[in-house]
Amino acid sequence: MTEFSLLDYAPVLVMFLVAIGFAASQILVAQLVGPRKRTATKLMPYECGKDPVGSARDRFSVKFYMVAVAFLLFDLEILFVIPFAVAFKSLLAAEQSGTVYYGTIAFVTMMFFLGTVVVGLLYEWKKGAFDWSIQARAEAIAEAAELKRKGGVFSRFRKAA
Amino acid sequence: MEEALKTAFPFIAISIGILLVFGGVMMIVAYTVLAERKVLGWIQGRIGPNRVGPWGLLQPFADLFKFIFKEDLVPDKSTKFVYYLAPIVALTAAFMPMIVYPFGPPINVDLAAWLPYGLGEGITQIPLRVADLDVGILYVLAITSVGVYGIALAGWSSNSKYSLMGGLRSSAQMISYELAMGASVIGVVLLAGTLSLGGIIDAQIHAPWWSRWFIVPQFVGFVVFLIAAFAETNRVPFDLPEAETELVAGFHTEYSALKFALFFMAEYVNMFTVSVMCVTLFLGGWYIPGLDWVARQTDLVWLFGVGTVGYALISHVGFLLKIFAFLFLYIWVRGTLPRFRFDQLMNFGWKFLLPVALGNVIVTVILVFLMNR
Repeated sequence: MTEFSLLDYAPVLVMFLVAIGFAASQILVAQLVGPRKRTATKLMPYECGKDPVGSARDRFSVKFYMVAVAFLLFDLEILFVIPFAVAFKSLLAAEQSGTVYYGTIAFVTMMFFLGTVVVGLLYEWKKGAFDWSIQARAEAIAEAAELKRKGGVFSRFRKAA
Repeated sequence: MEEALKTAFPFIAISIGILLVFGGVMMIVAYTVLAERKVLGWIQGRIGPNRVGPWGLLQPFADLFKFIFKEDLVPDKSTKFVYYLAPIVALTAAFMPMIVYPFGPPINVDLAAWLPYGLGEGITQIPLRVADLDVGILYVLAITSVGVYGIALAGWSSNSKYSLMGGLRSSAQMISYELAMGASVIGVVLLAGTLSLGGIIDAQIHAPWWSRWFIVPQFVGFVVFLIAAFAETNRVPFDLPEAETELVAGFHTEYSALKFALFFMAEYVNMFTVSVMCVTLFLGGWYIPGLDWVARQTDLVWLFGVGTVGYALISHVGFLLKIFAFLFLYIWVRGTLPRFRFDQLMNFGWKFLLPVALGNVIVTVILVFLMNR
């Protein structure tokens, strides 16, 4: 166990300053050096040579929000596993030398937690949250029906009768 | 004066380290771009750039000057502040992980004899990295995912339909594959019991002989990580945010001159970062199995023993070769595979990669439990 020292994290700050400084200086150089011949056509949003139709700040598909919400859920769940993953081996070692079942307790708890994650994943899957469009949803349902008719996911590995 | 120097010494050392790493990585990145054009040329039966300098070796510099002297356009309808901010965010997020790259084993040197004013007192090792953060992996994952902001902001602020589509697609794609990436890393963390990159390399050195490289016990995790890495860096076959043929370059359609170059640079530095992560987590980092054993056996211990300059140099070259292999794989795949359709991409990420990664975590937890009790 090493002692925590804020100095260990000083490089993060220095690197941040270097990176920001580099990027900002590049943008400044581009402003100073490059030619400036602005015309109205040149400053239009690019739409393959036609005059742009309407604004780009339009409404967009709600599917992107669905992805974001699902991401938040699963990312949090994965983050919960990381502290356990770091500690698991030392917990098992502590179990060997001590009298308390640290490792087994952690194992059972984590298995329960991962079980919940899997159930959540299956639920979202069944509800069609991962199907990108209505057409994709229809294809997924058709595929599932086809699989069921053939006799399950592993049917392709079975020998034909 | 002496006191001030002593206080400033850690920061001076850090700055020197960062400048070395920064310069080195930028050179490698510049020549990755050239190598990509050359290799793509060969794959497609062309020669590739060969006019600027011998074998086109000065091409990166020619490109740089071209970028500098091009007109820096800002579209009329764009949101100016965000439009300028986006490339800075993307590039900063790409550069930040540089400090944790583990370039090689530490060199044993008694610095007290070399530096004046007793600055080197107590320093017996020069590490070949800038910092070994306790949270190394989390740091890299967290910072690289900030890169999504750069792309999303660029897409939104340009106020062009192609850019908006590119930005949206990119955000959705990157967050989807980040899940699989985060889950595939957990297997390695379980085996190593630490998040620091140096600690993970140590764990691989001290592992049983059959798992000296974590690619053996974590092969599934490796494959998932590799695929997710391609998606995270927006490379073929997951280059939908750019998709020249449908979105005309996507999120950077409206960017020109050096601002475009910054996005370009960020993409290639990100490629380098995920290659470093891949090598460190699954291929032993700078560790070449058997090299430490050989280094102990020969009569040349003073030159090649563990902790000497020779050992560090060989390991460092090994590290770079592994990274170049990954960079070559990127280019090879780009020359070979077609692009996914967007619903295929989302299907693959959510319905295949994430379940496989979760399954890998569960199996690894069970195996670690059974083998350590």
